[in-house]
Amino acid sequence: MTIYLDHAATAPINEAAITALNTQMRKLGNASSIHNPGRSVRKDVEDARHKLSELIGANPSEIIFTGSGTEANNLAIKGFFWQHPDRNVIVTSAFEHHAILDPVEWLVEHEGAEQVLIPITKSGVIDLDFLAKVVATRGKEIAVISIMHSNNELGSIQPIAEIVKIAGDIPVHTDAVQSFGKVEFNFSKLEVTAATISAHKIGGPLGVAALVLKRGLDLTPVLHGGGQEREIRSGTLNAPSIVAFTAAAEYAIANMASNFAKIRELRDYFVVGLKNCVPDVSINSVADPALPGIVNATFPGTESDALLLLLDTEGISASAGSACSAGVPRPSHVLVALGLSESDADASLRISIGTTNTKSEIDQVLAVMPSVVERARNAFVVSELS
Amino acid sequence: MKLIAAMSGGVDSAVAAARAVEAGHEVIGVHLALSSNPQKYRSGARGCCTIEDSHDARRAADVIGIPFYIWDMAEEFHDGVVENFLSEYSEGRTPNPCLRCNEKIKFAAVLDRAKGLGFDGVITGHYAQMRETEVGRMMFRAIDPTKDQSYVLAVLNTEQLAGAHFPLGDTIKDDIRIEAKRRGLYVANKPDSHDICFVPSGDNAGWLRDRLGSEVGSIVDEDGTKLGEHKGAYTYTIGQRRGLGINVPSAGGEPRYVLKIEPKTNTVVVGSHEALAVSKIVGDRPIWCGPKPTANTEFRGFAQVRAHGSPLACTYMQTETEIKVVLDEPLFGLAAGQGLVIYDGDRVVGSATVASTE
Repeated sequence: MTIYLDHAATAPINEAAITALNTQMRKLGNASSIHNPGRSVRKDVEDARHKLSELIGANPSEIIFTGSGTEANNLAIKGFFWQHPDRNVIVTSAFEHHAILDPVEWLVEHEGAEQVLIPITKSGVIDLDFLAKVVATRGKEIAVISIMHSNNELGSIQPIAEIVKIAGDIPVHTDAVQSFGKVEFNFSKLEVTAATISAHKIGGPLGVAALVLKRGLDLTPVLHGGGQEREIRSGTLNAPSIVAFTAAAEYAIANMASNFAKIRELRDYFVVGLKNCVPDVSINSVADPALPGIVNATFPGTESDALLLLLDTEGISASAGSACSAGVPRPSHVLVALGLSESDADASLRISIGTTNTKSEIDQVLAVMPSVVERARNAFVVSELS
Repeated sequence: MKLIAAMSGGVDSAVAAARAVEAGHEVIGVHLALSSNPQKYRSGARGCCTIEDSHDARRAADVIGIPFYIWDMAEEFHDGVVENFLSEYSEGRTPNPCLRCNEKIKFAAVLDRAKGLGFDGVITGHYAQMRETEVGRMMFRAIDPTKDQSYVLAVLNTEQLAGAHFPLGDTIKDDIRIEAKRRGLYVANKPDSHDICFVPSGDNAGWLRDRLGSEVGSIVDEDGTKLGEHKGAYTYTIGQRRGLGINVPSAGGEPRYVLKIEPKTNTVVVGSHEALAVSKIVGDRPIWCGPKPTANTEFRGFAQVRAHGSPLACTYMQTETEIKVVLDEPLFGLAAGQGLVIYDGDRVVGSATVASTE
């Protein structure tokens, strides 16, 4: 038995995507070739691009397919930075995904960039006053502002429209990997300069994502080669995955409202149940506006890796913070940015509920939670004593 | 039983985990991250602290088909092993960090955590044998004398040993490699780890000098006559002959050996080989791996003072706070801080830390 409660890490692929992938993989042709098979695959890719652009409120030419959300984020951060040699400041929030924070840190170390981190308020959104001050005082130095659309550990949706207003003519990028397909996300309405979306979080295949980039803007490429994707992202187009990405997006967006309601109901049911069975739990994930299925909770007196191990042995998949390259668990920087102590951050779990979960699964999780927490506490007490 | 397999990423712990699974236990693989910065303690694939090693351990767990996790024991390792190693050296003793790691990390922090989580014990790839006997569970040497690790496990008390499982003690190392290959474990040919895992270069003296400084001190003979200078007394080992840098020849032209290290005065005392002779050893902090011998009663047995040293016939006696050993034949060169392990034939009786010698 597996109860999968880690949908924010990756979601089960849906049938629409599998069918699209399966069909397209049988088609021969490189979308850049001029011959008939090439043209045919090119048409499939462009159809998919067109459809996806409609789903996201963008123009087809604004979609640049990449191999991952991480790649799209790198392209945005490095691309805007390199595009503006006279501006060396990059503004992000303290609780961005590592796929934003790490390229910024790399530019700081190697390319003379300066990073400005916007702090997080207690309600899990960025401090707009702080951002306004940074823009007012250093606006001319800022190459790009990158703030995620919703936080992957807390679920909180960020005030992107206000950020865009504050930014004025400074490019604004938003990592919308967690939001796209789950909550309203419209590229042109938000008026951001660029956004990252990814397939595998919404029932599409792994290994395909996109940077949505305003028409007419140039970005210094990270990958050079065949000049595909407006010469911004070279590399043979991954036609099967692109087509499946759009199929998954269509499916997710067509069912967005009902999925949201279903997942939100399960989440609320889980939170109420959790507070009953583990009375001293504290919930870090925030109220609306938020993603439907994210619960982040601190279990005082435990360590998250012990909780995860015990849940795993019960067949329950959840997650916590992130791990370093050797796999060593680290306290979540998101929770630390929210103001939690390192030990509380280290005692926290993220449960992300998805469309495939059921109430009976939540009941099964709640049934084992008290014993899991108790054993994790036993392990913590002994290891502290030794 | 529900067991945690401590998996270093090497061949031994991988086969140990596989054997435990085959024996019907419910096994979970755990790799211990012993450095907060995995590249800090060791680079290359020789030790047990690298990213490659954690990947190797994970891969082995996948092949065996068991869940795998990484436990962060960096703080415990630093405080319990590395700091202790430094403080022991700075006080003129010669510690064995592997003994310390087994005592404080693998069969303490890890075993305690395992028990708290509801597991029954810890499996490692150490070469030693646990046997049930009429008087309880006891530890014996491994059958492969070249790989026997009972010496570094002799710091475990009966309670710790009750939760310790060493599935490899009945097999020689060559056969473990063959078995690993048969099981599809690609670590089968991975070289054995040597040296001290947190000293990246293998240059023990340099590592100590970087941390304890290299204050110049005197090298003197037994009468106190200054013969030369050194850069940090703790970089010398009792019994060391080479690298003393003394230009004054001894009266009879015999080579000189390090006899004593005096950290307070930063002095290294040298003298003749005969002066290194030790016939009596007193060890403190006694630990019993099985039934405690009757106090203040002499027993015959063997003493071993190095991981791969020879067992030395002796008479020993315990006084509750100490183990006193009288060797049949003297040994040459023994430093305070070394582990003193007592054997009864192949059975490990217990251990102590060398406190003084005569």
